[in-house]
Amino acid sequence: MKPSRLSLLLAGLLLAGGAHAAAADHVRASHAWIRVLPGALPAGAYVTLENDGDQPVALSGADSTVYADVMLHRSSTAGGMSRMSMVDSLEVPAHGKAVLAPAGYHLMLMQPKAPVKAGDTVRLTLKFTDGSTLATDFVARPANALDDTGH
Amino acid sequence: MKPRRTRPFLLLLLLFATGLLLGGCGSTPLPFRLTNISGHMPDLDFRLTDDSGKPVTGADYRGKVVLLYFGYTHCPDVCPLTLAQLHVVMQRLGPLADGARILFVSVDPARDTPAIMHAYVNAFDKRAVGLVGDARSVEALSKRYRSAFTREPSSADGTYEVSHSSAIYVFDNHGRARVLATPSASQDDLVHDLHLLLDPGINP
Repeated sequence: MKPSRLSLLLAGLLLAGGAHAAAADHVRASHAWIRVLPGALPAGAYVTLENDGDQPVALSGADSTVYADVMLHRSSTAGGMSRMSMVDSLEVPAHGKAVLAPAGYHLMLMQPKAPVKAGDTVRLTLKFTDGSTLATDFVARPANALDDTGH
Repeated sequence: MKPRRTRPFLLLLLLFATGLLLGGCGSTPLPFRLTNISGHMPDLDFRLTDDSGKPVTGADYRGKVVLLYFGYTHCPDVCPLTLAQLHVVMQRLGPLADGARILFVSVDPARDTPAIMHAYVNAFDKRAVGLVGDARSVEALSKRYRSAFTREPSSADGTYEVSHSSAIYVFDNHGRARVLATPSASQDDLVHDLHLLLDPGINP
């Protein structure tokens, strides 16, 4: 009785694991950087997310111990006007990628608890709609940087 | 014989009149790549406060080529990107860039002080100046260039965004509006047109 119960439990766990593979397990983050602005001004964070899974996943936001609040935002320019709006989630297609880059999707980091300087590494925990998370190190770049490599 | 004589005379008169018209406009036609707004927008004029706290007017920037851009410091994405791109353009102009100023006008009078603006613009380029003013003064400047800005509703924590025109207005060293650039304009074109306005060999 005992072994069969155990194997049943194991099989069940495996099945559950296969059916509900966490979104974060299939996502690879790269080009993660933050544009640092003076004082306590909100900063933009950018990252490229690649999904090697067979199912689409969706980024819903991020948490950080360094910033009091993080929001997923999107900038857009229409009719000569620049706007910024809050976004609930951003899909990373199956075997595809989503790019958070200047003038588009970005994470808005608000109220730094301690000053962040260019060159610092800041860890953000990316959150997906299924509740899974992916800890990612972001490099802090100067205000006038154009991307994660600098110029 | 008579008609032959009058024709060259009329032609001369026409040329003279054209010359007067161009002289009246006061700006030499230059082969700009960006949208040419010469003669279509009013001269640079405003009453604001610079980032050192000093009251300034448009006339204080005569003698400099001016890049006018509206934005605000609590704008973490588009404003910094535009200012970072303008910084690259200034770098590419080399010593000529000393003849230019980036004027970053705040459309968020409630939060932007000269001190915040000073720290903000200097994080991008040492030739950038932050300008603040009361809502009425900023609106007057914005309207003068058919630009616009709108404060969006505040969120629960009291923070808010400001939607604003994304254009960059370029004025020559006499304060005359010359070209209009969108943030997606190529840096090459911006460098090219600024070069035309800054090079004393081309534009004395």
